[in-house]
Amino acid sequence: MQEAIAFTPQIDASSIARWLWLIPALPIVAAGVIAILKQPRRKLASSLAIGSLGISLLISVAAFAHVLSGWSHGHAVRETVNFSWLTVGTQAVELGWILDPLSALMLVMVTFVGLLIFIYSTGYMEQDENYTRFFCFLALFAGAMLGVVISNSILLLFMCWELVGLTSYLLIGFWYQRPSAAAAARKAFLTTRVGDIFFLLGIVWLFAQTGTLLFYDHGAGSMEPLALGGLLVHQSHWGLTAAGAIGLLIFAGAAGKSGQLPLHVWLPDAMEGPTPVSALIHAATMVAAGVYLIARVYPLMSAGAITHGEAPGTTTALMVVTWVGASTAVFAALIAVAQNDIKRILAYSTVSQLGYMMAGLGVGGVAVGMFHLITHAFFKALLFMGAGSVIHGAHEEQDVRRMGGLRKYMPVTFVTYAVGMLALCGVPIFFSGFWSKDSILESAHGWPLSRMPYYMLVFGAVLTAFYMTRQVSYVFLGEYRGHGHAHESPRAMTMPLAILAFFAVMLGAIGTPAWPWFRAFLGNHAAEVNPHAFAEPAWLMLLLTSCVIVVVGLGLGWWLYGNKSPRAEEPDALEKAMPPVWTVLANRLYIDELYGATVIAFYYWWAKVADWIDREVWGDLVATITAIFKGWARLNRFLDATMVDGAFDKGCEEIYNGGGVLARIQNGRGQIYLRLLAVAVVILAAVLIWSGRR
Amino acid sequence: MTPLSAYLVVAALIFAIGLAGALTRRNAILVLIGIELMLNAANLNLIAFWRYGPHPELLSGMMFAIFSIAVAAAEAAVGLGLVISIYRHAKTTDLEQTNRMKG
Repeated sequence: MQEAIAFTPQIDASSIARWLWLIPALPIVAAGVIAILKQPRRKLASSLAIGSLGISLLISVAAFAHVLSGWSHGHAVRETVNFSWLTVGTQAVELGWILDPLSALMLVMVTFVGLLIFIYSTGYMEQDENYTRFFCFLALFAGAMLGVVISNSILLLFMCWELVGLTSYLLIGFWYQRPSAAAAARKAFLTTRVGDIFFLLGIVWLFAQTGTLLFYDHGAGSMEPLALGGLLVHQSHWGLTAAGAIGLLIFAGAAGKSGQLPLHVWLPDAMEGPTPVSALIHAATMVAAGVYLIARVYPLMSAGAITHGEAPGTTTALMVVTWVGASTAVFAALIAVAQNDIKRILAYSTVSQLGYMMAGLGVGGVAVGMFHLITHAFFKALLFMGAGSVIHGAHEEQDVRRMGGLRKYMPVTFVTYAVGMLALCGVPIFFSGFWSKDSILESAHGWPLSRMPYYMLVFGAVLTAFYMTRQVSYVFLGEYRGHGHAHESPRAMTMPLAILAFFAVMLGAIGTPAWPWFRAFLGNHAAEVNPHAFAEPAWLMLLLTSCVIVVVGLGLGWWLYGNKSPRAEEPDALEKAMPPVWTVLANRLYIDELYGATVIAFYYWWAKVADWIDREVWGDLVATITAIFKGWARLNRFLDATMVDGAFDKGCEEIYNGGGVLARIQNGRGQIYLRLLAVAVVILAAVLIWSGRR
Repeated sequence: MTPLSAYLVVAALIFAIGLAGALTRRNAILVLIGIELMLNAANLNLIAFWRYGPHPELLSGMMFAIFSIAVAAAEAAVGLGLVISIYRHAKTTDLEQTNRMKG
């Protein structure tokens, strides 16, 4: 990495940057419109969602082209549009968005993969009666994710981040009639919430220390040297600087979203959602949000690092990121070996690959981690959608043991899936996964502190090749063991697969050692074509290692599972070889059980205590007060019923009777009236005379 | 016995006769005659009180009686009209039969 040309910063917002907010706004508006549509307006709903995201893709491509042209002219494009949202006292809460190489790349990736997933969904969800609702959630999700990507304010990022959390809850629990889906949605929401609390603490701390919410603000943002210098001076507990402590808190939030150890438990369960959701959440967007967040706050994470020569320096925060990432990579790969659900295998694979990205960020910097994120987004979306196609074709069967031989029935799916699988395994030279994984391994190899992460990642890579071979053998090779007749999926589903397969192969070309375009683009320096890089002994060593990794993994998998077509009832080949290991792995290393026995048991106990207090203490208090008021009310009722009502009724009755008597006098005969009148006059006269005499 | 008392006694007798007629007769015409008698007894009282009162030179008492007679004439006309109308309606002037004034 040499700074060949001095890049001049370009910070004034161009017109494309000023309209960048349209990218997340369009899908969100589309989601709002779809929400008020009637359920049968299916075509309109999906067209709205796809159309809005398509326009977002066009704007993203335009923005990317703008950044690219600035880059090729030697400008480090970092355009921000900031505005004050509200003012509290003397502090202004500022929001804003940013256009720089990082966000431009993510925008194109998210809109492009998202669009393909949307199109795929029209085929996959065709039979579902809640088609409109599905597209509403999808569009909202995509909008929220794009909001995360363009945020220049950590608060705006957090808001979109939470929106992503909400929509992931809605989407994972889309088939909420199934108890397992509802539980998975809850689990995903609550587990990510644990990370989000730390993230929020980090945000508050960062704001308190730097006094700004913006990442970049013409020198006054929190990710710029001035603020970082201040954070480094400030010492926190346990020998950490404020920068390191805030970095760790933010990493906890990223770990929750990106399924890092120990908060990965929600991710495999989230497979309960429809498969396009799995592809969207687990490949291109939500889990990538955590990695993207770390890349976005990378200046904070790496603040104070001392660089030794060529290798980037490290900080406490980055060390934690590296170790957590490497452990997650190995750990999830181990579990993936012993799963039988086609989507669960991919889910653990995603967790494992996210570990690679984190480790890549930790050891090699933004470009290394982000490169794997981009290539992974493509091939993992491809694998998930391929798995969806398989599930669709095999009549909603998800157990790999009940598949087999689908190569013959679903040729397009098989070919594209195989491409995805080879990319994930990192088969050298031809597949994008090789180049991105290779650069992570290269950086890990050169990490000054320890070789351990490197060995862990290599071991993880062997496991990856192994479990993917196992899965593909089970699903596509041998004889068909499922029920019914398997069939190929509709064109709406296979076409996105083909497009993604193309990119899964081709994307590697942008990050080869001979032409490190990707690294240069993110690092704001010129890319040089250097064919001799392929001949360097270090790189040849690494190529050799990769070859060995892939050959060992594939070979082991083929040896155990290739063309054997085992039946569902039979024990797994690995189970026969090593029963205790298999049991532990098949039970996902008992992590869920561990949480069940500790955290959840504690909460359960605590809930019981609270319940007891509620029932016994507060309940009795409330019951006593209730009893007093009830007694008072009874007394009132008695008084009302007997006294007030009685008196009133009696009065009414008397008036009624009196009326009856008087009615009898009025019998309609004039002479009777006259007679009464005469009697009355006589009485009156008598009274007058009698009183006059006294 | 002063002349006034004698007039008053005569007037009281006429009134009593009229009242008795009005209360006991069934024929509407005769009841009307009874009422007329009572009215004239009252007129006789008015004249007697005026003639033997403190200011016999003023014409107020006589004017009162003349008004009363005029009103009585109008009333008799209305009463007879009513009786004729009842007769046309019910083909009778018997008050026992005309009892449809109930509320």
